[in-house]
Amino acid sequence: MSLHDQIDLIRTNLDFKLKVATTEQHVEQLRIEFLGKKGSVSALLSTLGAMDAEERKGAGAQINLLKTDVAQAIEERATILKSAALDARLKAETVDITLPLQPAPTARGRIHPISQTIDEITAIFSDMGFSIAEGPDIETDYFNFTALNFPEGHPAREMHDTFFMKMGADGVKKVLRTHTSPVQVRVMQKTNEKPAASYITPAMDPPIRVVMPGRTYRNDSDQTHTPMFHQVEGLVIDKSSHIGQLRWVLEEFLKAYFEVPNVTLRFRPSFFPFTEPSMEVDVQCDRSGSEVKIGEGSDWLEILGCGMVHPNVVRNAGLDPDIYQGFAWGMGIDRIAMLKYGMPDLRAFFDGDQRWLDHYGFRPLDLPTLFGGLSS
Amino acid sequence: MKFTLDWLKEHLDTDASADEIGKTLTMIGLELEGMEDQGKALSAFVTAHIVSATQHPNADKLRVCKVDAGTGELIDVVCGAPNARTGLKSVFAFPGTYIPGKDMTIGKGNIRGQVSNGMLCSNAELELSNDHDGIIELPEDAPIGVKYTDYAGIDGVVFDISITPNRGDATGVYGIARDLAAFGLGTLKATDMSPVPSRGKSPIAPLPQQFSADEPKAIRKFAGRYLKGIKNGPSPAWLQQRLRAVGLRPINTIVDITNLVSLGWGRPLHAYDADKLDGQPVLRNARNEAFDALDNKVYTLDETMTVIADDTGPLCLGGVMGGIRSGVTDGTVNVFMECASWDPELIARTGRKTGIVSDARYRLERNVDPALTEPGLELATRLVLELCGGEPMEPAISGEDVFPDTVVTFPLAEVKRLTGLTVEPMIVTAILSRLGFEMSGKGDVLTVKVPSWRPDVTQKADLVEEVMRMVGVDNVPVEPLARLNHVAPRMLTNIQNRRRIARRALAARGLDEAVTWSFISHDDATRFGGGSEGLQLANAIASDMTDMRPSLLPGLLAAARRNANRGIADLAIFEVGQVFLSDAPEGQHTYATGLRTGTARLAGSGRHWSGKAEPVGVFDAKADLGAVLDALGYDIDKVQLFAEPAPWSHPGRGGRVAQGPKTLGWFGELHPAWAAELDIAGPVAAFELDLDALPEPRKKATKTKPALDLSALMPLTRDFAFVVDKAVTAGAILKAARGADKALIRDVVVFDVFEGSHVGEGKKSVAIEVTIQPSDKTLTEEEIDRISAGIIAAVTKQSGGVLRT
Repeated sequence: MSLHDQIDLIRTNLDFKLKVATTEQHVEQLRIEFLGKKGSVSALLSTLGAMDAEERKGAGAQINLLKTDVAQAIEERATILKSAALDARLKAETVDITLPLQPAPTARGRIHPISQTIDEITAIFSDMGFSIAEGPDIETDYFNFTALNFPEGHPAREMHDTFFMKMGADGVKKVLRTHTSPVQVRVMQKTNEKPAASYITPAMDPPIRVVMPGRTYRNDSDQTHTPMFHQVEGLVIDKSSHIGQLRWVLEEFLKAYFEVPNVTLRFRPSFFPFTEPSMEVDVQCDRSGSEVKIGEGSDWLEILGCGMVHPNVVRNAGLDPDIYQGFAWGMGIDRIAMLKYGMPDLRAFFDGDQRWLDHYGFRPLDLPTLFGGLSS
Repeated sequence: MKFTLDWLKEHLDTDASADEIGKTLTMIGLELEGMEDQGKALSAFVTAHIVSATQHPNADKLRVCKVDAGTGELIDVVCGAPNARTGLKSVFAFPGTYIPGKDMTIGKGNIRGQVSNGMLCSNAELELSNDHDGIIELPEDAPIGVKYTDYAGIDGVVFDISITPNRGDATGVYGIARDLAAFGLGTLKATDMSPVPSRGKSPIAPLPQQFSADEPKAIRKFAGRYLKGIKNGPSPAWLQQRLRAVGLRPINTIVDITNLVSLGWGRPLHAYDADKLDGQPVLRNARNEAFDALDNKVYTLDETMTVIADDTGPLCLGGVMGGIRSGVTDGTVNVFMECASWDPELIARTGRKTGIVSDARYRLERNVDPALTEPGLELATRLVLELCGGEPMEPAISGEDVFPDTVVTFPLAEVKRLTGLTVEPMIVTAILSRLGFEMSGKGDVLTVKVPSWRPDVTQKADLVEEVMRMVGVDNVPVEPLARLNHVAPRMLTNIQNRRRIARRALAARGLDEAVTWSFISHDDATRFGGGSEGLQLANAIASDMTDMRPSLLPGLLAAARRNANRGIADLAIFEVGQVFLSDAPEGQHTYATGLRTGTARLAGSGRHWSGKAEPVGVFDAKADLGAVLDALGYDIDKVQLFAEPAPWSHPGRGGRVAQGPKTLGWFGELHPAWAAELDIAGPVAAFELDLDALPEPRKKATKTKPALDLSALMPLTRDFAFVVDKAVTAGAILKAARGADKALIRDVVVFDVFEGSHVGEGKKSVAIEVTIQPSDKTLTEEEIDRISAGIIAAVTKQSGGVLRT
């Protein structure tokens, strides 16, 4: 067989075999069959040694061309098959990405509106230079009433629907605090005694600027009253603070809290035993729609009580009311939370109904800050 | 307190409109709660005659009435009032009339098979009073088919104001007029209270005050007057209308006069039918005796109360309510009128004890002007003579009034100091003098004498309030509260931060934050380790809210039960809140407590294509507890873990976490027996963490973090499996392995635990992977073998187990 015929045979043979080769392994076998040491192209090359110089020159060129062509054809086929194999794999691995995930834990857990509101209040007052003060829920009559200028038997005590405790081990009858004001007394009192527990805020020297959130209790229950509720109270004691500054603090707080550019407040003289003068404060609002809108409209909504700290309270704390003065205010946390977030029924706050918590609760990473906004 | 515009104008000469007066009342501290033009609101109601009333055939408590409302035909009306009877004259509302007390419009209807075209009304339904015991009863001679407002003289504006406890002086229309006059809304008109000459000696002597020395004496001065030969009966129309307009039912002239003086001048009186007295009345402490009061109830009295009594027994519970036995009726001829001043505190105490709410108590427990005791009696005498005739005898007076006679030194600068507002001295003095304060002294400091009707004013700040409420707080200029001259210190304490972080950490693990009641049932409190006497409420509002909670779990478990009843079986909730271990301040701790029910695990709950969720278990609770500890800077693997579960926990699936002698918390699966008793279905995994028990973080000398020491050498791992007794804990094995070479062993994890027959009865296999980190040079095979041998020796020694080969 002539060299030419041999080359043609190899080419034909290769063409056919490559066409039927369907896997990369198969192509690799063909590489060995044609180009390997014992392969047909290599066999042809080995015939060159027996040729004279002239003949070798022509045949060598032909055989080398064959070798290059064979290698290229094999490589091309291998590339095609490799790519097809990858395509097939990718196709096989394709999934339905619309399948829903389990909700992330952060998408499920919620912060209670009361905690969120306390964090919002904290953010605002921290910017005004206040710190948070706390005291116990089970209080003595002295801290809850007497030190706050509620005389024994005064009808003002009856305004409070007090829960009384049965006689304790120490022989003292205590009450559940009816307001957060006892904390005022604990903070103001002149004493070197360390508090009985680390959560109780130690007494401070003026100037005092504290806010006091906490649980409070009254023997009362209807749609807007629950026997347990939450109050936040503020106290400023120094040598010069007056009602003008009280007005500023309240206006700034309410603007920041309700996240509105303006609020209009109405101060009405009122009576609290622990402040003198005492005032109740109404905020202007719009109640025409289904929700209460603060900062607009022509209705008034009672929102808090306040006043100058009563000289008797200052005196009871061991300070001279002719030197030290200041103001205090208090409001319902649950109430302002209801107002801001439109929650209709106070009783639902304490039920632990998962549907309510998921609906009215806040995302765990919705941290109220002034730099990031109180609410999203 | 309610009063009409007409009534006010009797004491105040003013041109101000009702709106202006209403607004002013609020701004001077007499908060307006309601203002209504009653004539307009009630103009649709007419007088009517019940021609017949028969039993409803289908309802025991209903009657079918034929009503003549002046239209010329009889109207069928079904009425449920017990006093709806044939012949009664009452008040009728045609269909289409708005009933204010019910907030509804009455229609034509059919009540249990009987036609009813309108409504017969009670005082409560017309919002004239709280009296809803039955429909209004009109006198027999009342006309039929006229507007009820015309007939009853209900006309004009009625104000309803709320009076703060310090303002006893404003419990009468006169006192309200004085405040409005001080504001500048008119001129106060004086009342003639001059003595009325007597016609003879009183048949009743001044009441002896027979109080024993150690018993409370509520009475100060008792002034009584015998009025002889009066003619009682219904009071004149103007008086009846005045009382009706403010919600009082006219009784008879004498009683109506006492009410007029009580509401008009804030001076309660009481009248006795003198002919019903048995002997000379005296003032004494009550005994353990029964008293038939005018509200038709019987009260049991005790020695802390004061009564006016005769030889038979108590006639009147002093300052609170009169008795039936000596009540004045239409037929009364001789009256003994009482005007007494009382100790407000004792009136309040008696009121609280008996639960009696009366107009007299309302005023006397606040304060009644002690200067009005005798003048009040003279005023009443004058009204009786005018309306009932008769002869007044000499007043019978015992005891002395108590006048505080307060004098306050008042630097005018005090107004500016407390309010920030500059008020001209002239305005200050004008306001105070119109309110009845007497001033002397000149210049910057005044001496102010407080009037007898304002015992609430005792010091400078009180005078500032008087000035301020008349000037208006809204006129105080707003001034920013200047910052203190340093950066605000940290706002939250450690425990406050811990609560905040614990909440966010748990919510981020998919638990919802609940807030549950601080009080729980006594059973639950006792079950969870509380229930002591000092933590029980003496006056609980409900039987399941009697005890301060010793744990947050009962509240959360109750919430879980409620949720389960709503079909939510997979629940993850927590609370961060106070528990009460004793009634002392230090007995209050803040716990972070959470629970998961059903399949509510970290990764998700319920059925899902990615795999079915397993029921919650002890390790879910441990993971939650560990996550909170971690968020607070504590590693659960570094605190002590004990297989000593809480009583509520499954004894083999729970543990206690401690640091040194302090227990930090517990975790575990709810004990099946407890679950059954608490009516909780399905698995519950819970934990409790006492945030107050965590040690305060040590104050660090520097905020700089320790240098990061990164090794250039590759770490290597070796696996070991040990066969140990089932009771040997993984914790003990880990501890032993870690301790084998503290310098080179960086980490040990348990990667497999199993039991089975091939490891032996009562045995288990625990496989660990140890990571060894060479420090300064690569370890040789011999060195690694030596470390491995050390690990094996340490673990087998500690656990009594053997290396599995």
